Amino acid sequence: MKKNLVISVLMTIATTILLGIIYPLVVTGISQVLFPKKANGQFIEANGKIVGSRIIGQTFTSPGYFHSRPSAAGNGYDATASNGSQLGPTNQKLVDRVKGDVAAAQAENPGTPIPIDLVTASGSGLDPELSPAAAAFQIPRIAKARGISEAQTRELVAKHTENRQLGFLGEPRVNVLELNLELDKQFPGTKQAMTQ
Amino acid sequence: MTANGWFQILFFLALIFLVTKPMGVFMARVFSRERTFMDPVLRPIEKLLYRVTTVDENHEMRWTEYAVSMLLFSLVSMIVLYLMQRLQGYLPFNPQKFGAVSPAHLAFNTAASFTTNTNWQAYAGESTMSYFTQMAGLAYHNFVSAAVGIALAIAFIRGIARRQMETIGNFWVDLVRACLWVLLPFCVVGALVLVSQGVVQNLRPYDKVSVVEPQQVQKLDPNGKPVVGPDGKPVMDTVTEQTIAQGPVASQEIIKEFGTNGGGFFNANSAHPFENPTPLSNLIELFAIFTIGGGLTYTLGRMTGSPRHGWAVWAAMAILFLAGVTVAYWAEARGNPLLANTDQRVTAMQPGGNMEGKEVRFGIANTALWATVTTDASCGAINGWHDSFTPLGGMVPLVNIMLSEVIFGGVGAGMYGMLIYVVLAVFIAGLMVGRTPEYLGKKIEAYDVKMAMLVVLVFPLVILVFTAISSVNGFGTSSIANPGPHGLSEILYAFTSGAGNNGSAFGGITVNTPWYDTTIGVTMLAGRFLMIIPMLAIAGNLAQKKYVPPSLGTFPVTTPLFTVLLIGVILIVGALTFFPALSLGPILEHLLMGIGRTF
Repeated sequence: MKKNLVISVLMTIATTILLGIIYPLVVTGISQVLFPKKANGQFIEANGKIVGSRIIGQTFTSPGYFHSRPSAAGNGYDATASNGSQLGPTNQKLVDRVKGDVAAAQAENPGTPIPIDLVTASGSGLDPELSPAAAAFQIPRIAKARGISEAQTRELVAKHTENRQLGFLGEPRVNVLELNLELDKQFPGTKQAMTQ
Repeated sequence: MTANGWFQILFFLALIFLVTKPMGVFMARVFSRERTFMDPVLRPIEKLLYRVTTVDENHEMRWTEYAVSMLLFSLVSMIVLYLMQRLQGYLPFNPQKFGAVSPAHLAFNTAASFTTNTNWQAYAGESTMSYFTQMAGLAYHNFVSAAVGIALAIAFIRGIARRQMETIGNFWVDLVRACLWVLLPFCVVGALVLVSQGVVQNLRPYDKVSVVEPQQVQKLDPNGKPVVGPDGKPVMDTVTEQTIAQGPVASQEIIKEFGTNGGGFFNANSAHPFENPTPLSNLIELFAIFTIGGGLTYTLGRMTGSPRHGWAVWAAMAILFLAGVTVAYWAEARGNPLLANTDQRVTAMQPGGNMEGKEVRFGIANTALWATVTTDASCGAINGWHDSFTPLGGMVPLVNIMLSEVIFGGVGAGMYGMLIYVVLAVFIAGLMVGRTPEYLGKKIEAYDVKMAMLVVLVFPLVILVFTAISSVNGFGTSSIANPGPHGLSEILYAFTSGAGNNGSAFGGITVNTPWYDTTIGVTMLAGRFLMIIPMLAIAGNLAQKKYVPPSLGTFPVTTPLFTVLLIGVILIVGALTFFPALSLGPILEHLLMGIGRTF
C-alpha cells in the first residue's frame, strides 16, 4: 500500500512531465516548422490588415455581402465563446427564431423556401461556410445591391465552392469570408454603392 | 439519406475492420512484453520511468493489489489536477491571465471528470483554462485515464487466459506500456496530420483581427446577458474586432479521440473549426475513437487463444453500431417538421435535414455518424449538438450510453464492459441447456455472476435515482433549457453521460451549479470505480480457476448464434431498465412533435 502510494506520486510527476509538457511542446515545435500557417489559424490579410481567419466565420449584415448562418457564439461569431443555440426541436424559441429569419429572407426572394442551413445556427457558432444552396439563394440580393449581374455573382460563388474532400468526404460548401473579400476585390467601386 | 452518406459511413466501418487485426496483434504483443518494432526507442524510456518511479517491472500483482494501485494513482493524479486548476493563475503558459478555476465545485467536477475518462465539461475551455492546465492537466489525464482503461481490460483478459494463477499482471507496467507503445506514437503522428488539415497548435495569446464589416450588437455583461441602459433599451456596441481563441489544440485533439476522452479544447468541441476543420480531419478523429476498442476484440481473441471469439464479439458490436447510425441518420435527415417555409430536402446543393446545431462541412451524415460513434465508445466529443437533434436522433446517443458503451466502446472500459455482458450471455445460455456455464474453458459460477450483476445494477441505480431527484426539485429543474419532455431528456442524459463516463451532453442544461457539479461528479466516480472493482474481482477469480476442456455441452462462443445471444442480452438489459424513462423523454417528444406541439 505505502509502496504503491509512493509510486503513484512519482508516476504522476514523471508522466506529467513526459505526456503533459514534453509531448505538446514537441508537437508545437514540429507543427510550427512544418505547417506554420495552419498551426497558427490561417489568417487572411486584406488592405494591409489582418481581417480574419479563413476557417472562422464572421457576421455580415449589409445586402451586398453574403450573410453567414445565424450564430449562437456570444453576440454572434464571438471566437472566444463558441457554442450552438442548444435549442431543442420542439422549443417554441427555435420555431420563433427560424420564423423571423425566414420572413426576413423571403422578403428578398418571395415564394422560395429558405435553404435550411441559412436559418439554423451551427454547432460552433463559428461555421465559416454555407451550403451552395444557401449561397445561391442570396445571389439576386447581392447582384442588385452591388449593381452587378447575377451571372457574375454566380461565377464567383462557383469559384469559391469547395467540393467533397477527396471526392466523397463531407459536403460541398462555400467559404463566406473568402467569397465576400473577393466581391470587394473584384467590384471595389460597388462597395460604397451598396452601403446606401 | 443519400448514397454518398451511406458510402461515407460504410467506408468508415471498413477502415475499423481493417485496423482491428493489426491493432489487436500489436496490443497483445505489447502487453505480453513481446518485442515490437518500437522497442529500440521506447524500451530505454520505459526503463528510465521505472527507475525514477521505483517500479519493479517483474513484480506480479493479485487483483486486490492491482485495484489498490489503480485507485491510488487515480486519487493522486485527481488531486494534482484539482490543485492545478485552483493555482493556474500562478502557473506558466497562461497568456490570457486566467485566474483560478472557480468555484471549487467546478474544479472538483472537472478533476473527477477527467480522471474517470468522462471529460464532462461544466466549463467553457477558451474562457476558463490556461494552456498549462489544458496540456499538463486535462490532456495529460486524457492519456493516463485511457491507459488505465486499457490496463484494466488487459488485466481482465489475463484473468480469462491464465489458469490456476493468483496474479493478473502489474498495474504500473501495463499503465506505462499503454502510454508509451499504444497512445503516444499514434498521437504524435495523428496530431501532425490534424495540423496539416488546419487544427491549430501554438502557444500564442488570443489574436485580434479587424472584421470585414463592423457590426452593431447588443452589449453583453460577463454572464452573457444583454446590458440594459437607464432608458430601458438595450445598450448597443460597435464590434470592429474579433478575438480568436488559440492554443495547443492538435496535441490534445488527437488523444481526446484516441483515448475516447472527449473533452474539447474549446466549448464547441469538435464542431469548432480549430478542432475539426475539414471532412478529412473529421474522418481521422472518428477513426481514432474506434481504433483501440476495435483492436481490443482481436487482442481478446489472441490472448485467450480463440481469435474467432474475438470476431464474434466484433460482429455484435458492428451490428449494434449499424443499428444506431441508421436510426440517427434517418431521423436527422427527415428534419424538423415544425420549421415552416424552410427547404430541408437533400439536393446536390445542400445536405438538408435538421441543421440546427450542425456544421455545413459535416452535414447530416457525418454528424449522425459522429453522434453514434462518440456514444458507442465512451468518447463524448461532439461535432454537432445532441440537444438540438430531433427527438429520435437524440435518443440514439442516449441509448448507446445506456447500453454501457460496449459498442467498440471506451478504450478498455468498452472491452471489460462487454466481457461482463459476455459472462451474462454465457450464464443465460448455460441456464437454457441446464449445465454449469463455461467461458473459454473457465466455469462461470455464482461468485462471477453476482459480481457481474453488481456492475449491471450500479449503473442504472445512480442514473435513475439522481434523475428522479433532479426532475422533481427546483434545484434540478431550474437548470433545464428546453421545456417539455425535452427537459427530462436533458437531465436523464446528464446523469447517463456521467455514469457511463461519456461526457457528451444535451448541452442546454446549466450544469455548473452546486447540485449538478457535485452529483454528476459523484456519478462519474461511481460509474468508473464501482464498475472496475467487481470487474477486477471476476478477473482475479477466473485466473485462479482450472481449465475445463470443452465438451459436447459447452456453448460455443465463436458462432453467429453467440453473437445474436450477446446482442439480445445487451438490448434486454438496457431496454428493460431504461425504457420507462425513455418513453417519458424522447419518445413522448417525438409523438408530440408529430402533432405539431411546441413548448
